[in-house]
Amino acid sequence: MMGLCRGDTAGASLLIKDAKSLSPYEYGIEYSSPARGPWNIVHIGMLLPESHQIYVCAQACMRGVVLTAAEMNAMDRFSSIIIRENNILNGDMEQLIIDGVSDIITKLPKKPRAVMIFTTCIHHFLACDLNFVFTQLREKFTDIDFTDCYMHPIMRKTKTAPDPKMREQLYSFLKAVPIDKRSINLIGNNEKMAESSELIKMFKSAGYKIKDICSCKTYDEYQEMASSGYNVTINPAAIVAADTLEKRLRQKQIYLPLSYNYDEIEKLLKMAADILSLKMPDIKKLRFNAESEIKTTKKAIKDLPIAIDYTATTRPLGLAKLLIEHGFNVTSVYADAFTEEEHSAFDWLKENAGNLRLFATVHPKMGLLPHNEAQSNGGHLLAIGQKSAYFTGTDHFVNILEGGGLWGYDGICLLMKLIREAAVTQKDTRSIIQVKGWGCCC
Amino acid sequence: MRQASRILSTYTADVMGVPSALYEMGGLVIMHDASGCNSTYNTHDEPRWYTKPSMVYISALTEMDAVLGNDEKLINDVITTANELHPRFIAIVGTIIPAIMGTDLNGISRIIEDKTGLPVFGFKTNSMHSYVSGVNMALSEIARRFCDRSLKPETCACCRNPSVNLLGVTPLDFSITGNVEAMIKIFEDSGFDVKSCWAMNSSWRELMNAGMANVNVVVSSCGLQLAETLREIYGTPYIIGVPVGNGLTKEIFSAAEKALATGENQILPCSGTFDEKEGRKIYIIGEAVNSASMRNALEYDYGIGNVHVICPLEDDGGVLRKDDLLSPYEEDIFAELEDADILIADPLCKPALSSSNTDFVSLPHEGCSGRIYRNDIPIYIGSEFNKWIENKLPL
Repeated sequence: MMGLCRGDTAGASLLIKDAKSLSPYEYGIEYSSPARGPWNIVHIGMLLPESHQIYVCAQACMRGVVLTAAEMNAMDRFSSIIIRENNILNGDMEQLIIDGVSDIITKLPKKPRAVMIFTTCIHHFLACDLNFVFTQLREKFTDIDFTDCYMHPIMRKTKTAPDPKMREQLYSFLKAVPIDKRSINLIGNNEKMAESSELIKMFKSAGYKIKDICSCKTYDEYQEMASSGYNVTINPAAIVAADTLEKRLRQKQIYLPLSYNYDEIEKLLKMAADILSLKMPDIKKLRFNAESEIKTTKKAIKDLPIAIDYTATTRPLGLAKLLIEHGFNVTSVYADAFTEEEHSAFDWLKENAGNLRLFATVHPKMGLLPHNEAQSNGGHLLAIGQKSAYFTGTDHFVNILEGGGLWGYDGICLLMKLIREAAVTQKDTRSIIQVKGWGCCC
Repeated sequence: MRQASRILSTYTADVMGVPSALYEMGGLVIMHDASGCNSTYNTHDEPRWYTKPSMVYISALTEMDAVLGNDEKLINDVITTANELHPRFIAIVGTIIPAIMGTDLNGISRIIEDKTGLPVFGFKTNSMHSYVSGVNMALSEIARRFCDRSLKPETCACCRNPSVNLLGVTPLDFSITGNVEAMIKIFEDSGFDVKSCWAMNSSWRELMNAGMANVNVVVSSCGLQLAETLREIYGTPYIIGVPVGNGLTKEIFSAAEKALATGENQILPCSGTFDEKEGRKIYIIGEAVNSASMRNALEYDYGIGNVHVICPLEDDGGVLRKDDLLSPYEEDIFAELEDADILIADPLCKPALSSSNTDFVSLPHEGCSGRIYRNDIPIYIGSEFNKWIENKLPL
């Protein structure tokens, strides 16, 4: 531990010029920082109006999800069934779920429209017959829609990871109806896309109706998403959901990933325009606006060191590239691996900003290293994201998750405003970053 | 359906009890699990995580490694990390998947111990019990493995009172809001030499001197196994009880002296002057020793009988009475509270009340609601309990 006090980052950090691949770290046992970052499956499930979540798991697994619901003041939409040793030894897991769910539904003051039943790693290892379970429950409660949800982190490398799986199952309640080609769903976002986005404006000016679960107030309103002809996805974690909907409901997926590359944004807009017969916006003007905001920001924050992390954006390297290209002093990026979509930014940064420092977030050393980079810069450091705020120890950070609903040229403009604001405004980092998800109370 | 819970929360589990107990000891603690246990632990169960670093990690077990029994991965990863971080010892904490796979945590521990030269523990927690069992086994094993068996309790003619260890102290029962400090202070102010506090606010050296204390004070059910272990090693008698309220605090001090004089363990002193059937029916929900101590304080200081404890933690701490309830199940708790006039409990237990006529006194418990109501946890040691409860109830 003494070595770490002197700043021994070996294995947990490297310069990007020394990174051999998009997965530059070797991993063994893992650390979890107090910066909570993205939502968990409870938060995502709560987006579905008039729904109820029931978790079937051991006490240790239950603890995190039940307190997530408690912190959201949503215990009235959450119930649990605890697994005991006898359920494993007796092989009565199916009956436990059927009886437990039935008991809970009977005792609820108001019947939910939809029930999400979450099983866990143990059910897979025991080959629990979930088809039987759901068949029984659907026969028993014909006025309630049920779906299977999963909290199975042990499958994260062999099957669909819990986060994308949750986003997939969130839309599994949608029932096939005649398709309305003039309707578009925004799928898989936890936060609404900014109304000022050129993409939203293009959809609207062409007369498309836009639907998003983030805006749904009722279960019926959510069901209206089933009629949309298209599903627009921004987040890579939503691709599985849209793929499934394409097969099941014949809703075409249009993947428009978050990007900080002007040419790529234009290409994505053109793709959307071609598929949906939209009028292209004035790209020259949009680029000019983005450039103008970037210049204003650079002038305002000058050479303020900047750290970026993967919780703020799905493309931290793309954002670093944009900022470095415009003369910003990006010093570090916190992420454990980068997606294939980041390859071109990765290559560019290796070539043009080789001293950019990369940090892992789950490497064991990260919990013991001093989190004082901001302090050693006289308190002057701006973080984009909660994890980088924690690891650098700064009170100046842009508090967004998964892109913050900011997309395209307009998204860049809005992000620049947030950067300028964060540079001059101190935040209570400790209080903010330990809170996870939406509606939480502590 | 007893295992179903419509609205009540869940207490911290055994897996998290182990790191909570070992947190300040300089060990490398690895929960052998896929993911989730670590973020749950440091989000909801570990208030020291932000300010006081500790080597608590997860093994990041994968499906393939579990199915194929690839223990080599865990062994190598632990050795690599131990070589980098130089811990005092290593603890591998079992979870539900290793439990059903029959992972040989003892065998793995022996291999790692051979290869690193460090003491290694394999704790057979399985995710299906409360933190009480995890803390108990962790504290007890540390004492059994490390405490110097040649130590003897101090004998000092000039000391008016015996020296003590406080056993079963974690943030899960006492949080970080001042009750631990208050508890140490109240013993010291009364002339007791507090040798160690297992396991908050005491250095490793202090913990290792536990054998020099005359009496052990079990202040939560998490400390019982350790008390038995120390009795086995050193013959130290123990008392069970938290110094809560003026009357009970004095009785606990007397009980410590009596334990020293007789060598006999002393369970939570009781006034024995109350009539259980009189007065409004009060329930206290929580960890057994803390809750029972508060019940006894109400009896001692206010003559209030008819106080009942509901312990949802599978362990009665040796202090529950025949009319108390020991059950983690919502169904049992709902039924028990049907005739409650007053409920003293964590705010997450409030929905268990069926009648709006029942008065609710909020007593947040970190092991129940985690950080949510931490700022509302009262100081309840000694006379602070009297001030708090008199402000909450017409006494």
